[in-house]
Amino acid sequence: MEILGLYNYWVFIVLLMIGLYTVMAKPNLMKKLLGLSIFQAAVFLLYITLDKIEGGTAPIIQADAIGQIYANPLPQVLILTAIVVGISTLALGLAVVVRIHEAYGTIEDDQIQQADLRE
Amino acid sequence: MTVLFGIFLLTLLVVTAIGIVRAENLFTAVILGGIFSLLMAANFFVLDAVDVALTEAAVGAGVSTVLLLGALALVPDREERSARGRRLALAIITLTGLTIGYATFDNPHLGDPDAPVHQHVAPWYLEQTPILIDIPNVVTAVLGSYRGYDTLGEVIVVLTAGIGVLFLLGLPGAFGDRKPEDVAAGKTYLNHHLVPQVVGLLLVPFIMLFALYVQFHGEYGPGGGFQAGAIFAAAIILFALIQGEREALNLIPPRVLVVLMASGALLYGGVGVLTMLLGGNFLEYGVLSSNPVQGQQWGIILIELGVGVSVASVLLAIYHAFAARGR
Repeated sequence: MEILGLYNYWVFIVLLMIGLYTVMAKPNLMKKLLGLSIFQAAVFLLYITLDKIEGGTAPIIQADAIGQIYANPLPQVLILTAIVVGISTLALGLAVVVRIHEAYGTIEDDQIQQADLRE
Repeated sequence: MTVLFGIFLLTLLVVTAIGIVRAENLFTAVILGGIFSLLMAANFFVLDAVDVALTEAAVGAGVSTVLLLGALALVPDREERSARGRRLALAIITLTGLTIGYATFDNPHLGDPDAPVHQHVAPWYLEQTPILIDIPNVVTAVLGSYRGYDTLGEVIVVLTAGIGVLFLLGLPGAFGDRKPEDVAAGKTYLNHHLVPQVVGLLLVPFIMLFALYVQFHGEYGPGGGFQAGAIFAAAIILFALIQGEREALNLIPPRVLVVLMASGALLYGGVGVLTMLLGGNFLEYGVLSSNPVQGQQWGIILIELGVGVSVASVLLAIYHAFAARGR
């Protein structure tokens, strides 16, 4: 049971590597963006894992609960804004993919490269 | 029990991620991506991060799935098979994964109160927030006040990304040559499904009300400008999905949307300039009122409003940019 305290980190690693694999091995640009989102979500999970304290609760101070332990608010603030920035950058990436499709007629990176070499 | 539940959710997360990578139909991958975000939000909730869970559920599972679907409507939805570079990628991730995995055995276990992250400055924020700012939600206090500069930076990043998307795709009536009249009118998505139409339209005002609650109750409970902005954008997107893209463009004209994008960030920065004029530092809210604690609260409410307006209008403008491009 003791070793299960590290399970969150292992899931973080597996998700990080799944994301990295998708970005490296999949030629489809939409797939690459999805992989990047998984990679990003893995980092979020690592940070949020750090905030947890045994027996603690969400960091919203209750005046009548004396001696209550609260989770660490700092990683939470960091990740909260990172999620919103993440969707903005994802949207920008999607817009670029849409324009690439309009210009090349494909969103597979090997075909885009071939089209570039032909010119 | 909570530990087992957490492990169950985390395992489902890995299964879903593998499903996303293996799915050849991109539509399947995107829908699995929505499920992935919802599972991630549940995980955040189990880990006591309620604000983050709310954000992930609204932004990750809601708006980002819609944006991905909007983009998918403009590109082919099947991925071509390719085995190129697969072995090398597998070798790299196995090696990297094992190296990081080896390092985890030195990490503090989940929930360990003696972990270094809980020893340094975190107790100070938990002890001083009720005295210096006097709002219950410490996450909002750190976001709005202690770390106000950085949050302003994040809002500018969101605004910049929104401007980038508008330059790339155009927004009928505001950016580019297209006019709102060129966008197909009428119900385009659900015109054969009466029940989702009626129920969905009934939900829109309640989602908006909830967005306002999350916006203005963010100091006391989970919530704030980022979450409220995403939820408000989701309400209008639902309206657009039911009543058609043209109707939604008429509801909030794109020109107004572009002005709102900038004015949210401007309100945030304006509060900073105002505090400077009143003799304080940039974003030092204490000078806004004769009572510094109350000044802090006013400052946080104002900048959260700026964040909410900016995030809602940027997400909505991005959605319109994708949705109006196709038709």
